[in-house]
Amino acid sequence: MTARAEHHSLYGGGPLSWLTTVDHKRIGVLYGVTALLYFVVGGFEAILIRLQLASPESTVLGAESFNQMFTMHGTTMVFLVLMPLAAALFNFMVPLMIGARDVAFPRLNAFSYWTFLFGSILLNLSLFIGQAPDAGWFGYANLTSKQFSPGMGIDFWVLSLLVMGVASLAAGVNFVVTILNMRAPGMSLMRMPLFVWMALIVQILILLAFPAITVGLVFLLFDRFFGTHFYIPAAGATPLLWQHLFWIFGHPEVYILILPSFGIVSEVLPSFARKPLFGAPFVIFSGILIAFLGFGVWSHHMFASGLGPVPDTAFSLATMLIAIPTGVKIFNWIATLWNGHIVYRTPLYFAVGMVALFIIGGLSGIMHSSPPIDLQQTDTYFVVAHLHYVFFGGTVFGLFAGIYYWWPKITGRLLGERLGTLHFWLMMVGMNLTFFPMHFLGMDGMPRRIYTYAPDMGWDDWNLAATVGAFVIALSVLVFYVNAVKSARSGAPAGPDPWDAATLEWTTSSPPPEYNFAITPVVNSARPFWLHKYGPTRAISTRTREEGTPPQPDAPVETIDLPSPSWWPLVASAGLGILMGGALVGLGVVLLGAAILVVGVFAWALQPLERPGHPAFGPGAPA
Amino acid sequence: MTAHATTYGIPHRKMAMWVFIGSECMFFGSLIATYLAYEGRSLTGPYPSEILNIPVTSVSTFVLLMSSLAMVLALDAVQRADRRQSALWLLGVMLLGATFLGFQVFEFTHFYGEGLSLEQNLFGATFFVLTGFHGAHVTVGVIWMTTLLVLLLLGKLPPERSLDVEVAGLYWHFVDVVWIVIFTVVYLIQ
Repeated sequence: MTARAEHHSLYGGGPLSWLTTVDHKRIGVLYGVTALLYFVVGGFEAILIRLQLASPESTVLGAESFNQMFTMHGTTMVFLVLMPLAAALFNFMVPLMIGARDVAFPRLNAFSYWTFLFGSILLNLSLFIGQAPDAGWFGYANLTSKQFSPGMGIDFWVLSLLVMGVASLAAGVNFVVTILNMRAPGMSLMRMPLFVWMALIVQILILLAFPAITVGLVFLLFDRFFGTHFYIPAAGATPLLWQHLFWIFGHPEVYILILPSFGIVSEVLPSFARKPLFGAPFVIFSGILIAFLGFGVWSHHMFASGLGPVPDTAFSLATMLIAIPTGVKIFNWIATLWNGHIVYRTPLYFAVGMVALFIIGGLSGIMHSSPPIDLQQTDTYFVVAHLHYVFFGGTVFGLFAGIYYWWPKITGRLLGERLGTLHFWLMMVGMNLTFFPMHFLGMDGMPRRIYTYAPDMGWDDWNLAATVGAFVIALSVLVFYVNAVKSARSGAPAGPDPWDAATLEWTTSSPPPEYNFAITPVVNSARPFWLHKYGPTRAISTRTREEGTPPQPDAPVETIDLPSPSWWPLVASAGLGILMGGALVGLGVVLLGAAILVVGVFAWALQPLERPGHPAFGPGAPA
Repeated sequence: MTAHATTYGIPHRKMAMWVFIGSECMFFGSLIATYLAYEGRSLTGPYPSEILNIPVTSVSTFVLLMSSLAMVLALDAVQRADRRQSALWLLGVMLLGATFLGFQVFEFTHFYGEGLSLEQNLFGATFFVLTGFHGAHVTVGVIWMTTLLVLLLLGKLPPERSLDVEVAGLYWHFVDVVWIVIFTVVYLIQ
């Protein structure tokens, strides 16, 4: 495969080259673009929900459509927006931040993206046949049984989540190996950037949490397709089995969604406060502790199911414990800003906004750790307020901090500061206007997931305010898209290091070359690029990997092996998608999908991975 | 190949398999936990004590465990570049795995004939899904071994590529270990 080995820019090459790409940066861009498209879809669903609830006894949506909309909104935002948006930044940034040329398994990486894409398409196809899933994003049994959900909506939901689970697990294996095993020489674990640390923790959480929901979904699949009774009380089963399996996944999933933001904020604050992250090891170990404790708190989602005093107490205490490492992080971020020479730019606004809003979501979370209070709030709008302060205030603000921070690296151009600031303030106001009133509504007893309410409940004003807020959020997102398009068309060139930052990704050009680093960097600090720029000696050494070999300017530096583009990950993903989607059509389609999958996997396994040394960097080429 | 030096000196694929196995532990753990949670909750028969045949499954368990021995010998032979022994032991793993699957097919058909099906009761559902997923893993392993054997016979499995066999071996041993747990939980402790 030497034909296409020409040095090409990240966005060069025809559209076909995007189908076969195994470049982690391109796959990151694919994840990001897809997630930002679904952000519009999920946001549109939210707007419909808010329109229906803007006034009492409204008829914008019927009850059935309303159920479909909140289910699709939740599922879309969690699995099709927040996770892939984090995956986009992991993909693009992690290899750059650890000084690697790609991920450990570039083709598996492509497989993850395509599998995610086909799974997400399968989910959204349900909208086109008018039978979208309607049992909520956590799809409680036995509402999801054939008896109570006879349509195809739940089938779409189960199958697409299983497909996307495969994508997440494949990416999990890939990134754990990448981060552990592909760090530049000298980058010990404690020198690893915080974002990479959080990526590592998130991938471990995915690997340990997704099997539980996979098993839960498999049981549901068997119940619906093969007549088993895993969740049917009449056969002696307990629907609580689903709740346990779902939340054993579901609570770590909350950390899968928030920890990327924690990582981003831990990168952005030091860059814009012009000083190192305060107590970085504490932030790292707090992240580990949050992830560890996250596996021991799932039943706090189930206090209302009546587990009994002993489990309630245990899960309540474990939940309260999580406040400690989370609080540690928040104080570390604040201490990072303290006495910093703060540069006021959009990434900083979003990072600080994330910390502030996450504190509100975290505090209402601690309230829920107390079973008696939780029982008052379960299934009310108070929970909706809480989870949106965490997911929107925490995750979305954090991800936007990351997008504004790394956009120049990804595209080579700066985003507009004025539009960025406008985006931030609109989103800040809109977010609080939408979700803060939900605390009051919940306290007043408004249940979540009702499609309408009576006019004499006293809920009109706050609901109207929330709907207005939703439109302000929509406007803020529009401002972001305008900013993005303007930047892509005519943004100011970013240069390699627009923020004067500390980590390795800023040592490459923007966007980086296909091979990321011409010479593998050697790291001897947690902030290698700052030390390089401001330290007594140049910290990023240009030695080759053999210890003690002095740099020789004219000598061949190192051969760059890059993986060949391949169709087979796409073929294998398509096979998997057809196999699972075929369950809704007939056995023939399932078998066809299986055949394509097998062909794809075998052709993939037998295709050689690497193309020979990059011609631009053969012997004697300039370093 | 200095550019491919890894941080811990462990090949990527080997580390990936260990990471994957960690994830698989949660997968089978969830299936086994469900089996235990639903044990004794079936409202109608057949019940485990009426139908499970410990001696027969002990034989198939023995067969599967012996396949792990063959796997170790196969890897050793590939590393020593002993093609005859490599082929012999890879074939052994394959056939022993296939024999285990044969036992499972026999057992499933027999149970089905006795009235145990997925729909019949919770025991049927949990038993067939748990052991069925294990059987699917063995099937993947047998296909993998067959592929390795074909590669070996084509001369494409020299000692430098013994990692291919080692990674497959990790998977195979894991699938065996899981069976020990399943056999203990489902058959021995009733």
